[in-house]
Amino acid sequence: MRHLMSPLDFSVEELDKLFDLAADIEANPQKYAHACAGKKLATCFYEPSTRTRLSFESAMYNLGGNVLGFSDAGSSSAAKGESVSDTIRMISCYADICAMRHHKEGAPMVAATKSSIPVINAGDGGHQHPTQTLTDLLTIRSIKGRLNNFTIGLCGDLKFGRTAHSLIHALTRYANIRFIFISPEELKVPEYITEMLREENIPFEEVTKLESVMSELDILYMTRVQRERFFNEEDYVRLKDFYILNKEKMELAKDDMIILHPLPRVNEISVEVDDDPRARYFQQVQYGVYVRMALLLTLLEIEV
Amino acid sequence: MLNVGKIEEGFVLDHIKAGESLNIYRHLGLDKLDCTVAIIKNAKSEKMGKKDILKVECNIDTLNLDILGFIDHNITVNVVQDSKIVEKLPLFLPKEIKNVLKCKNPRCITSIEQELPHIFVLTDAAKEVYRCKYCEEKYGNSDF
Repeated sequence: MRHLMSPLDFSVEELDKLFDLAADIEANPQKYAHACAGKKLATCFYEPSTRTRLSFESAMYNLGGNVLGFSDAGSSSAAKGESVSDTIRMISCYADICAMRHHKEGAPMVAATKSSIPVINAGDGGHQHPTQTLTDLLTIRSIKGRLNNFTIGLCGDLKFGRTAHSLIHALTRYANIRFIFISPEELKVPEYITEMLREENIPFEEVTKLESVMSELDILYMTRVQRERFFNEEDYVRLKDFYILNKEKMELAKDDMIILHPLPRVNEISVEVDDDPRARYFQQVQYGVYVRMALLLTLLEIEV
Repeated sequence: MLNVGKIEEGFVLDHIKAGESLNIYRHLGLDKLDCTVAIIKNAKSEKMGKKDILKVECNIDTLNLDILGFIDHNITVNVVQDSKIVEKLPLFLPKEIKNVLKCKNPRCITSIEQELPHIFVLTDAAKEVYRCKYCEEKYGNSDF
């Protein structure tokens, strides 16, 4: 039995297999419509999430399976003081696989050690969010046709943004990737990441102006400045509008550049950009469903 | 100069950083043992200038080498039998340490689930970096 805790849990070869399966699901959805008939997914969400939970539920329904679970800690036995270890033992009797989101880092790992069913980390605090990274990788592979040989710009909150950190780690395993980090001084990518890139001789640049590098990018990964990561409201207000991607900036970009965003977007991408064919963030949401379908099948060891 | 007699059977921890002996005494649980312990502070050392030494008269098996390796793998562990040093045990950075450190990350699951063991895994031996098994918060022996 396998769990998914970190995006690096799968080798590059295993990821290729997963993405091939996701591509087949995209091309032949009917073939998979009953693949999980009789199987149940438990969505244990100790903190609110719209996208991730609905994406998992949609994935399981698309496979003909069923879903049960809770969407905040208040409506679970955690409110009565039950431990994650006890909850997962109970969930193991009710479902065949579990997707868990928890505000405490490492909670899904604790669950995995006590579980008799596969556990998927659906986000644990500021730590890991592997299915978002799988979504990002599948989107890039599907649209660009490859996961190597490109320049990717990551823009916005690169200090606290776990999706950006995970994506950087995941992409370092592919050849010829150049990173450009675009952030205000206060939200720069952490030193342990730049150190790791230096050690592995992976080229990167750090800039503060998006316009200055726009023409070099094959992919622009925008992120939101998250209010919940700041202790000081003043800092949040000062930094939240630092980057706004608009039509004017898009004119500087290559014709085949793509814009990704883990969503939700606040105002870092102007709505006028949504109709640009290079804006792919809503398509990315669809790929999130395909990759979760592929993941459910893989962890449940179901072959179609 | 102060003279501390030889021990017949037990171990001598030599080359302890000056001032660290009491810390090691506590973490090895020597306070709980009913045996003779000599703590020598600030002894003269050619190599270190000043050093601490611990002499413990009890079976070597009672010593947790993992904890000692994590605290300072440069300490020399001399095993004594019949008042003679019969073996020098090498110390290594342990691959994993359990319930020696507590994770200080308030966002870590160990902060709310009290019964969980606090486990740290060696992730970078060259830099002597450990990370919490659950939240991957970084620790070194200076956090000890």
